[in-house]
Amino acid sequence: MTTLLRTRLTTALLLTVALLAAIVTLGFGDYPMSVSQVVRALVDPSTGFDHTVVVEWRLPRVVSALLVGACLGVSGAIFQSLTANPLGSPDVIGFSTGAYTGALIAMTVLGLGLGGATVGAIVGGLGTAAIVYVLAFRQGVLGFRLVVVGVGVTAMMSALNTWLLMRAQLEVALGAAIWGAGSFSLTNATDAWVLGGTLLLATATLRAVAPSLRQLELGDDTSRAHGVRVEPARLALLVIGVVLVAVPTALVGPIAFIALAAPQVAARITRSAGLPLIASAAVGALVLVLADGVAQHALPGGVPVGTVTVVIGGCYLVWLLAAETRRR
Amino acid sequence: MSSSPARLVAEELTLGYERRIVAENLSVAVPDGGFTAIVGPNACGKSTLLRALARLLSPKAGTVVLDGRAAGDHPPKDFARQVGLLPQTASAPDGITVRELVGRGRFPHQAWWRPSTSEDAAAVDLALEQTDTTALADRRVDELSGGQRQRVWVAMALAQQAGILLLDEPTTFLDIAHQVELMDLFAALNRRGVTVVAVLHDLNHAARYASHVIAMRDGQIRASGVAREVVTAHLVEEVFGLRCVVIDDPETGTPLVVPRAPSL
Repeated sequence: MTTLLRTRLTTALLLTVALLAAIVTLGFGDYPMSVSQVVRALVDPSTGFDHTVVVEWRLPRVVSALLVGACLGVSGAIFQSLTANPLGSPDVIGFSTGAYTGALIAMTVLGLGLGGATVGAIVGGLGTAAIVYVLAFRQGVLGFRLVVVGVGVTAMMSALNTWLLMRAQLEVALGAAIWGAGSFSLTNATDAWVLGGTLLLATATLRAVAPSLRQLELGDDTSRAHGVRVEPARLALLVIGVVLVAVPTALVGPIAFIALAAPQVAARITRSAGLPLIASAAVGALVLVLADGVAQHALPGGVPVGTVTVVIGGCYLVWLLAAETRRR
Repeated sequence: MSSSPARLVAEELTLGYERRIVAENLSVAVPDGGFTAIVGPNACGKSTLLRALARLLSPKAGTVVLDGRAAGDHPPKDFARQVGLLPQTASAPDGITVRELVGRGRFPHQAWWRPSTSEDAAAVDLALEQTDTTALADRRVDELSGGQRQRVWVAMALAQQAGILLLDEPTTFLDIAHQVELMDLFAALNRRGVTVVAVLHDLNHAARYASHVIAMRDGQIRASGVAREVVTAHLVEEVFGLRCVVIDDPETGTPLVVPRAPSL
């Protein structure tokens, strides 16, 4: 009971810190505001210009960062639990690269704009996920095979992406490359609502499937012996995991490493059994809000947040590999 | 025992993986309330038979029947409330405590809209008590010794509170004291009314603890019946290819297999 309580408390704390970080970030910008100003502007429309700056200009971006971080964190926790592998996150097993391929085809081959890129990203991501699933399927999908097949498919997609960029016109290639880096600079309130709806829907579905996920952690034999319908449960979890990465990727472009790192960090902080879903959401949200704050305000010229998460993630990956090697 | 009615029955099973057939035309009735041991040399199909009984492997032909109804026709959770399994390999998530892990055996009694109840907590407490792991309840599973960990896995299977418990080589990798301790535990559970079916490596364990022994070789059942009838020098040589004498166990009077020394 004590461990459960500690897990719940640390999860609540993580969620609070993520929200606080978001509020602080709302004060940053060309028109700096204190935390109390931000809070007043949020709740009181009569603050006029402050209200406009915070709620209309900055809020969609910060809320989107929170939501995208949460979606990616949960998605990563699902994938890593299913594959029983800390490297089994959606970006490693091909989803993000496939989404980029879809967006690239929409922009450079079909000549569509950003709307087309969104649709292309979803189609590309889902298509890649389906290819990986089918190739990895052999009397059920096993974690290790999913990772290996995913890495292979990712390599092929990356090559295809490079070729697509090379043969595109310069301006188109430039626009595509910026989309490919992942950025919140174009997000609006509609995006935030779509993300919120996605997260809400996924959370509701997860409530029903999460107990099966906890069983799958014990191995397929034990799960079946406990009465889990293993393949349907795994497919449902994969679909939820893919949606949670597809929608954010379609809206803001591929954002690396949140799905990879957030679940492992959350598990270490909360010391939970297995990878915690809600805490992974909190850590993902926190890291992405901070990363976007840094991308937007701390670096000259404002870089896409994807480049910041790549750097954070690179450091994390080096640490993870070093820690795993030491354990062996 | 073998005359008692059987809840779990295998009818003319053909078992195998992908294209490889492991066993054909296997029929087994698990005596209700008994302690059945399945023995045989490596790769004789004994674990495969157990997997089929546990519904982990669907037969290529034939049916497993529980309570007069094909196993596949029972909803999975209903089946799991009747038949529990201790698999050969299972993995515990990092950092999980003993109580949490044992609690996961309650899955077939739970629904997502109705998670843990006081009944679940009581079942977990009982399972911990029966396996003598109550003192370990708040420890992390990855800190335990091999013997303790195996008792915890047994506790998880017990928390399922199924009337029939299937055990797949439950004592492998344990030292002799822990093996005997675990076998005594299964015998005690059996006396309390749990039907036990165990795939066992050690013929002497089977002879000492089981009320019913099934001997398999090359995917076929060579003998089936009470230990004294099955565990004979003739049959051991036929099934295992081992020349031996069978004497009375000085402790229990059950058959005891003693391999012959090589003749010089």
